[in-house]
Amino acid sequence: MLRLSCPFCGPRDEREFHCGGQSHIQRPGPAEAVSDASWGSYLFDRINPRGHHAERWHHSFGCGRWFNVLRDTTTHHILAVYAMTEPVPDMVQSDSVA
Amino acid sequence: MNLRSQPLRSQPHRLPTGGLIDRDRPLRFTFAGRRYTGYAGDTLASALLANGVRVLGRSFKYHRPRGLLGAGAEEPNVLVTVGEGAWAVPNLRATEVPLYDGLVAAPVNCWPGVGFDIGAINNVFSRFLSAGFYYKTFMWPDWHLFEGFIRKAAGLGKVENLPDPHRYETCFAHCDVLVIGGGPAGIAAARAAARSGARVLLVEQDAVLGGRLNHDDAMIDGLGAPAWIRSAERELAQAPETRILRNTAAVGYFDHNLVALLERVEWDPARLATPGQAACRFWQVRAGRVILATGAIERPLVFGGNDRPGVMLASALRQYVNRYGVAPGRRAVIFTNNDDAYTTAFCLADAGVEVAALVDARKAPEDLAAQLRGRGIALHDMSVICDTRGYKGLKAVRLRDASGRMGWIDCDLLGMSGGANPTAHLFCQSGGRLRYDEEQALLRPGPAVQAMEVAGGANGTLALGPALEEAHAAAMRALEGMGQMPAAIPAPRAQASRTATITPLWSVAGGKSKAFVDFQNDVTLADIGQAHRENFVSVEHLKRYTTLGMAPDQGKTSGVNALAIMASLSGQSIDATGTTTYRFPFTPVPLGALRGSATGPLFRPVRRMPGHACHAALGAVFEEYGGWQRPSCYLRPGETPHAAEQREAAQVRRAVGLFEGSPLGKIEVKGPDAARFLDLVYANTLSTLKVGRCRYGLMLNEQGVIIDDGVAARLGEDHFLVGTTSAGADRIAAWLEEWLQCEWVDLDVVIAPVTAQWGVLTLSGPQARAVLARAGTDIPIDAAAFPHMSVRDGYVADIPARVMRVSFTGEMSFEINVPADRVDALYQALMAAGADMGIVPVGVEAWMILRTEKGYLHIGVDTDGTTNPLDVGWARVLGKKVDFIGKRSLLRPADQAPDRLQLVGLEAMDGPDHLPVGSHLRLAGRGDGSDGYVSSSVFSPTLGRGVALAMIHGGHKRLGEAVTILCAAGERPARIVELASYDPSGERLND
Repeated sequence: MLRLSCPFCGPRDEREFHCGGQSHIQRPGPAEAVSDASWGSYLFDRINPRGHHAERWHHSFGCGRWFNVLRDTTTHHILAVYAMTEPVPDMVQSDSVA
Repeated sequence: MNLRSQPLRSQPHRLPTGGLIDRDRPLRFTFAGRRYTGYAGDTLASALLANGVRVLGRSFKYHRPRGLLGAGAEEPNVLVTVGEGAWAVPNLRATEVPLYDGLVAAPVNCWPGVGFDIGAINNVFSRFLSAGFYYKTFMWPDWHLFEGFIRKAAGLGKVENLPDPHRYETCFAHCDVLVIGGGPAGIAAARAAARSGARVLLVEQDAVLGGRLNHDDAMIDGLGAPAWIRSAERELAQAPETRILRNTAAVGYFDHNLVALLERVEWDPARLATPGQAACRFWQVRAGRVILATGAIERPLVFGGNDRPGVMLASALRQYVNRYGVAPGRRAVIFTNNDDAYTTAFCLADAGVEVAALVDARKAPEDLAAQLRGRGIALHDMSVICDTRGYKGLKAVRLRDASGRMGWIDCDLLGMSGGANPTAHLFCQSGGRLRYDEEQALLRPGPAVQAMEVAGGANGTLALGPALEEAHAAAMRALEGMGQMPAAIPAPRAQASRTATITPLWSVAGGKSKAFVDFQNDVTLADIGQAHRENFVSVEHLKRYTTLGMAPDQGKTSGVNALAIMASLSGQSIDATGTTTYRFPFTPVPLGALRGSATGPLFRPVRRMPGHACHAALGAVFEEYGGWQRPSCYLRPGETPHAAEQREAAQVRRAVGLFEGSPLGKIEVKGPDAARFLDLVYANTLSTLKVGRCRYGLMLNEQGVIIDDGVAARLGEDHFLVGTTSAGADRIAAWLEEWLQCEWVDLDVVIAPVTAQWGVLTLSGPQARAVLARAGTDIPIDAAAFPHMSVRDGYVADIPARVMRVSFTGEMSFEINVPADRVDALYQALMAAGADMGIVPVGVEAWMILRTEKGYLHIGVDTDGTTNPLDVGWARVLGKKVDFIGKRSLLRPADQAPDRLQLVGLEAMDGPDHLPVGSHLRLAGRGDGSDGYVSSSVFSPTLGRGVALAMIHGGHKRLGEAVTILCAAGERPARIVELASYDPSGERLND
């Protein structure tokens, strides 16, 4: 059970949030110009890294806002919380992660 | 004092004095059908031992007679069911059940009884039941042939098939410092933190603080142990932000310092029956820092026959003697590889138990040997116990000295000690790894990975003085880590003690009897050897192949021995062998404690519509639809529900009905880009909608699957009201937010879910307009001024209202939205207005009949997680110019395949009976398999026959074709028809 810091409400228990999965996915378009392969990749291909993972979270039982979280999947350390419109912060992977 | 000289008493093994028990409060209890007495302060285990009951259960696999091994959470053998009937709780350790008057307990794994157990035949055939026997023995010809027998024999305990009457509570807490373990180290840490002003929570699984001080007296800060504990308790009780939870086990350590606790509040069913009396509380504590002071658990020694009743952990013997005033046997032998067990020999001798010998695998330390001599106890050092005798209780142990000479020593009690090991389960659950300490022969915590300190026995610091100092320092570090100022106070000081030593002894070969490593799962030394021979190299594989360390026990007494044996077999170091994963929970947690009070009517909130009281007064039968309590129908005297539904549906077609649709989702969408946004989220176009008009739309997900439908109304150029299904109200609002916040962040739109703010009453039927007029409205409601699919604001019956002409019945309908708290008034007004026009209240079931007659699809009933708009006849969305969610997926060939399941109407050809919903069907000329299924089916009172909707492969091109319905009653002929069976042209809507 993580403890996440909502950028609008402050630190809260994970049960107040909902994880929306991998963030920063580009939605391809217009529809007619997108190949089956790239549409399939957009729909289904997700990274599953050992280490840093940028994902979006929703404060469902709070302010209702979406935001990004950079989380280490091996330690569950929360490395950064940042706005939906911001790029992934530049972070060096910790030594414990190959 | 010699026990045998005592007069015969009801508790023959109770010592005449001593123990933290209240001899003035005798308690009666029953075990396995026999009556006994014990004292307040006893556990079930100590009371049974006081009564001389030795065989307390049967082992899991071989059904061998077993007695107590330990005295606390480490006990692997004596699992009992406590209580009777619905109050029965299985799989409790007798060592953790406090005695209460009238307690009824039974052993869990034996039939017909502990004395004679049919399953003990497994002991004879044990060569077929060795490690991995499931995988080997029951392969041929088919596992399923054996499964029934195996399942019957498997598992521990029995759960009554009755509702659980216990009350369970859920608690949440935050603290600066959570101290787990109320032994000397935990007390020292909690005191240091509390004195510094921190918010401290101290939890102890026992009923009393003190841990080992309750059976091993010591001088701390010049006080005897009881006095020191009392003074610490007083101080902690007075600290303003400090709380002590007794009878509370920390069972789980999760991410970011979340610790789960199980507090046992009350055991006695007589008191549990009091309303509001909790049995357990399940705590979830978020701690700034955790101090783990969980102590250490003694390891058994592994030798032949080490499981006979009467073979116990040496430290447990001291607990029974000193804490409970019980002599666990008459004539004892001690077998050890370390100094600590000498204390047990002294303790037993001082309590009047004859100690026949102390057997030390090492060369005995000279000072301890001298003390033995002083008490007249025979010492056999450089010797081992290699076997034992006595089926239902220990009779003798077999000694083997350094030269290999053997001899039997008569005894009924053997105290064994293989050294102590830190109770590091929670440390491992927190993500930490253990390291092997050669000098002390134990696995101790490595670096902490969460905000945690480990102190005392849990850290491998077994001696009292250093443990107190370490705990004090841990509290100081914890406070500093949180930026708090620790108070300048000294650590508690204990009398200096000699340095204890140990020489590892992982197993003793040469016994004829089985040598057990894991007592609870019946895993022997031979099983580990076999696993090794069969090439199970990883400890995780060993665990699964042999079941070692699994189940409630979680390897408390067995884990380290097993690793060490594995390591010696493979020639690897213990560190390289590694440990298995210790899992939540540390001790068993009742499932009821996890669910807390969320059961029955509290399982989830009941949602009632604003007009609930009106419906109840009219005889509504309430059922749950999408989380809401809604009328399924309104029963008249003597009416069946089916008759009521038919009557209500017919009356809507004939005159008028009143239906409450308040749960329908309502989401306001506003902003300069509102129309553009809705074009993106609906499969059809919304931007062309005129102000004051409504349009039905479908929403898809990115896979092109229909996720919701509803009517959107344009209230202004930049203002829409999006209607969703009742079940989709919350989900679709969240879905729209996600797209706005995460994808189309540049769109200038805000959304507001207003479902609960508005109540909705729908008048439907040819008389709907007349009723509305009679109720009174300032909205022009003639067909020209207020056509079908339009929206108007105004007043109805003097209540501010937003009225939409939309229909789910195929009849002229006015959907009247009013503030939720005015629904009641509007309901009365409309019913009064329509009284002489035949108005009836209409329930959900009649509503479903009406929509099925019209072929209107119901999302989630006619559609599923594969249905796209083309499947329901909306191929026109492919022509939409602008992008929308799911559009690209609809361009995939598979989404346009002609043989997809498509929604059509269905008519039975063999009479008026309606077809069973869910029936599969077969097209003409097809031999087997399914060509589709009936998705909706009702009896139409207006048409006098059944009408149905179905999903059929390639159905759109098969209009008029015959199909065979496969149902329980046999095969029925039907044919594919248009979706709408009633008023297909929709004339009735435009009146």
